Amino acid sequence: MAGGSTRFGGFGARLVVWVPYAWLIVFFLVPFLIVLKISLSQTAIALPPYVPTFDLSAGWEGFKSFLGGLGLDNYASLFSDEIYGLSYLKSLKVAAVSTAILLAIGYPLAYAMARAPRRLQSVLVMLVILPFWTSFLIRVYAWINILQSDGLLNRALQALHVIDAPVAWLASDTAIYIGLVYSYLPFMVLPLYAALEKMDFSLLEAAADLGARPSTAFWRITVPLSLPGIGAGALLCFIPITGEFVIPDLLGGSDSLMIGQTLWTEFFSNKDWPVASSIAVVLLCLLVGPILVYENLQVKAVERGS
Amino acid sequence: MRRGLTLFNTTSIALGLAFLYLPIVILVIYSFNASRLVAVWGGWSTRWYAALIDDRAMLDAAAASFGIAAGSAAAATVLGTLAALALTRLGRFRGRVAFSAMVYAPLVMPEVITGLSLLLMFVAADVDRGFLTVTAAHTTLTMCFVTVVVQSRLASFDRSLEEAAMDLGCPPLRTFLTVTLPLIAPAVIAGFLLAFSLSLDDLVIASFTTGPGATTLPMRIYSEVRLGVKPEINAICTILVTVVAIAIFAAAWISRRAGEGETAGLPAK
Repeated sequence: MAGGSTRFGGFGARLVVWVPYAWLIVFFLVPFLIVLKISLSQTAIALPPYVPTFDLSAGWEGFKSFLGGLGLDNYASLFSDEIYGLSYLKSLKVAAVSTAILLAIGYPLAYAMARAPRRLQSVLVMLVILPFWTSFLIRVYAWINILQSDGLLNRALQALHVIDAPVAWLASDTAIYIGLVYSYLPFMVLPLYAALEKMDFSLLEAAADLGARPSTAFWRITVPLSLPGIGAGALLCFIPITGEFVIPDLLGGSDSLMIGQTLWTEFFSNKDWPVASSIAVVLLCLLVGPILVYENLQVKAVERGS
Repeated sequence: MRRGLTLFNTTSIALGLAFLYLPIVILVIYSFNASRLVAVWGGWSTRWYAALIDDRAMLDAAAASFGIAAGSAAAATVLGTLAALALTRLGRFRGRVAFSAMVYAPLVMPEVITGLSLLLMFVAADVDRGFLTVTAAHTTLTMCFVTVVVQSRLASFDRSLEEAAMDLGCPPLRTFLTVTLPLIAPAVIAGFLLAFSLSLDDLVIASFTTGPGATTLPMRIYSEVRLGVKPEINAICTILVTVVAIAIFAAAWISRRAGEGETAGLPAK
C-alpha cells in the first residue's frame, strides 16, 4: 500500500472516499439501525404498522415517550414460540449440509480445472462463471421442469425401470438441496480454483519421490494449501444459504420453513413488521461471526494479489 | 510440472459441466415445445414466443427491469469504481476498516435482511416506493460486486505507470482519466455487466423495495412460476439467458481485445 494519500491527495481523494462511503452509510448502515429500532417496537394497526414512531416536533418529551415505547417483547415471542427456533435450526442445518455437499462436488471439479492445460483453464473458468450470470430464478425454475411429477427425471428413471411410479421430488428437502447445490456451485468452485491454481504441483511430485502415497500427499499438502479457498468458498455459500428464500420457497415443502421464508411470511402475509425485524436482527447475530471471517479472508486475498 | 487430464480429472470436469448446463439446455429445448404439457413433445414450435408479444404485463415488467438494471448498474459502476480506488490507492485513510466492512458485507448478506432494512428505511423516510427505490436498492447491492472486480484489476497492474505520469507533473485527476481508467476499463465494463445482470435477476430485494406500478420481470416470473410450469415462462427465460450470454461473450471479447485473457468473475477471486 505504498504511495499513500499524497498521491491522489487533497480534495479529490476525499471525494473518492466519501461519495461511496456516504452512499453505504445511507443505504446500508442506517437501514440496519432502523431495523434494530423497529424490532424493539410494537405492532399496530396504523401506517406504518408499528408504534412508537419517532416525532421530531415533539422535542425532548417526545423522545422520552419514544424510548419508553420500546421493548424486547418481539424477542421474547421469538424465543417462546418454537416455530422460530425450529426455523433457525432448519436454516443452519440446510446451510451446513449443502455447504458440505458443495465442497464434496466442487473440490474435484476445481482440482481438475487447476490441473488442466493452461489454454483450457480460462475456457473452463468462463464455463463455470457463465451459469452464475444467468438468472438465479431461471435456474431454479429449470429444476421445476425436471423434478415435477411428469418431469424428465421421473420419466428417465421409469424408462430405466429404476422406479415404477413417479416420485414426488418437488416440495421436499431433497429438491431444496438439489436447487441449492446447483445454484451455489460456481460460488464454491471459483475460490477453490483460485487457491489450487496458485499451488505448486511439483510439491506433490516431491512428496511422491519421498515415498508418500497420493492420498497422504493430498491430505497433507493439497488440502492445507487450499485452506483459504476452502474457507472463502464455504462461507460464500453458507452465509447466503442460511437466509435463502427463493429456493426453499419454490422447491421446498410447506411443512417446515427456513428462516428466510418465515421472515417473508411475517412481513408480507402477517404484516408484522416488528417481528420480521427482530427475526432479521437475530439472523444477523447468528451470521456476524462467519461474515467477519469472510471479510478477513477477502481483505487478505486482495492484499496477496497486490 | 506435469499437467494434463487424467481420467479422474476429465470425468470431474465433464460431470460438473453437465450438471451446470443440462437443466438450462432442457429449459431452452422445452421453450420450443409445441405442446402445452411438459410430458408431451408436440414438435418444434415458436408459438410461446409469439404469445409473449401479446402479454402486456410481462412486457411492462421487462421494460421496468431493463430500466432499473441500466440505471442501477450505471450508478453502481461509478460508486463501485470509486470505492475500489479508495481501497487500493489511498492507503490507511480514517474509517478504512468500517468502509471495507461495509463494502464486502452486501456480497454475502442474505437478501431478505438487505431488502427488509432498505424498505423500512424508505418507509421511515417517507419516500414513495417504486422505480427509484428499487434502483437505489440495486445500486447498493451491486456496487460491491463492481468494487471487487475493479479492485482485483487495480491491485494487479503496474503502478509505476501512474507514478511516472504524476512524476512528470500530470495532475491526479488527469492521471486517472488518461492512464488508470484505460488500464482498468475491461474490469469496469465487466463490473457494469455483472451489476446489470444481478439487477435483472434480483427478486427478493425488488419485492421488498418496490411499490405500486413498478413490477419487475423476476417478480412477474415468480408469481407465474408459483402456479406451475408454463411454456411461456420457458420462452421468456430462454430470451433472458440469450441476452445475458451475448453480454458475457461481448465482455470476454472486449477484454481479450484489451489484452487481458481473463474475465472478471466472482467476489472471492
